[in-house]
Amino acid sequence: MGKRLFSLLLGLLLLAPGPCWAQRGVILATTTSTQDSGLLDVLIPMFEKKTGSFVKTIAVGSGQAMAMGARGEADVLLVHSPAAEKKFMADGDGVERRLVMHNDFIIVGPPADPAKIRGTKRAAEAFRKIAASGSIFTSRGDHSGTHAKEQAIWKAAGVPHEGQRWYQQTGLGMGQTLAVAAEKKAYTLADRGTYLALKKRLGLDILVEGDGILLNIYHVIEVNPRKWPKANFAGGKAFADFMVSKDAQAVIKTFGVAKFGSPLFFPDAGKKEEALGK
Amino acid sequence: MDIILEGIGQAFILLVTFDPEVIGITWFSLKVSGTATLISLVIGMSAGTAVALAQFPGRRFVVSLINTGMALPPVVVGLFVTIFLWRNGPLGFLEILYTPAAMILAQAIIATPIVMGISLASMQQLPRKLRLQILALGATRLQMVWILIREARLPLLAAVMAGFGGVISEVGASIMVGGNIKGYTRVLTTATVMETSRGNFDIAIALSIILLLFAYAINLVLTYVQQRERPR
Repeated sequence: MGKRLFSLLLGLLLLAPGPCWAQRGVILATTTSTQDSGLLDVLIPMFEKKTGSFVKTIAVGSGQAMAMGARGEADVLLVHSPAAEKKFMADGDGVERRLVMHNDFIIVGPPADPAKIRGTKRAAEAFRKIAASGSIFTSRGDHSGTHAKEQAIWKAAGVPHEGQRWYQQTGLGMGQTLAVAAEKKAYTLADRGTYLALKKRLGLDILVEGDGILLNIYHVIEVNPRKWPKANFAGGKAFADFMVSKDAQAVIKTFGVAKFGSPLFFPDAGKKEEALGK
Repeated sequence: MDIILEGIGQAFILLVTFDPEVIGITWFSLKVSGTATLISLVIGMSAGTAVALAQFPGRRFVVSLINTGMALPPVVVGLFVTIFLWRNGPLGFLEILYTPAAMILAQAIIATPIVMGISLASMQQLPRKLRLQILALGATRLQMVWILIREARLPLLAAVMAGFGGVISEVGASIMVGGNIKGYTRVLTTATVMETSRGNFDIAIALSIILLLFAYAINLVLTYVQQRERPR
């Protein structure tokens, strides 16, 4: 009885056709926003069909993605944390860093807006008002690109925030942090793509947008093969080339239009970073 | 509340339409956790039986380690397996990080102490005199062990269920060593985490319901096997 069941199970499990148990491929370390928005679900199959290679997408924060790259555990990065990326390049961990696309960050909060930041032009000014009113602000707190941007804005605002009672770190991804902010009627900094995807359940409004500091820029970086000979450099380079190719850029341009009425990302291949947002 | 109803509706739709992605993820979850459970049965039952029947110095200490292992947190296993399997880590030459093989390895590490601990307890609760009796009737050592295993099969099946339940419901290790790669290492639990963070709560609830139904079906079969004979 039991024995027969076990042999049946064993046979099923070992003989059943399935994915290769240990396939090699290109390891892409990227931020959660590119996966959560669904953009990669469109781009990756395109790339795989074109090149026949297999992409392992590991969606983590930009900070962790770069840490993986710096250890040679990823082949190519798609990240949005420019200051940290420049350090990554300066340390010799990456060989080429190319501009892929941008969208923008927004400051969202409860419609009642207790800190009265609605329509404020400067993000730093809005942060100062939030601090002065003592309204709850939820931070990602996870070294992601969004968290790095938030830190830069706090620095520009010049007010203490770490350790303040109203400043709460979730340590979670963007979607979950937005959900926490919605529950607590708190303010937070979010990328527009994730906010739009979750908007209908949140009950949070866009209060500040359009400031130059809120630009959210994505680069693709190939990991340095001289430092990490085990990395799949050819595969990583092929993926980076694909991300700035005409085909991929055309997909980025229209992605999200059908669902949200406006694109989630703007393709920027070949442009200069300084020329964005002008 | 309406979101739960929406989720139940969504689960129903995904199931009756045989949504290929959901079916694929469900089938893959079974394969990974089933294989990991089988590996843990081989290692856990033999080691558990050996410790239950043997007398050696430090035995209590070993038993306490096994019992602690039953509470091994999946994220801890995930973290260490990841570090060992890194390309530049000690087992990097295997090149199995972010593959199903790595997930099976991590899940087997989680399930083995569970199976071992319960096997140990169930073998030890057999009357000591039974062993002498079996040997006195002329059985070899191997035959004796086999008879003891048959004698303890009810609690041993509980070990199977606990081991399988532990790994099919586990998310921390699977997401770390598997990477939740679409169509390759995505299982029911990691898909649920991702859909939640995407704000697709209805699909997340649907996946949870499928996971529960699935766990129920497996345990129903095992319980049926376990309870076949009339209660003693």
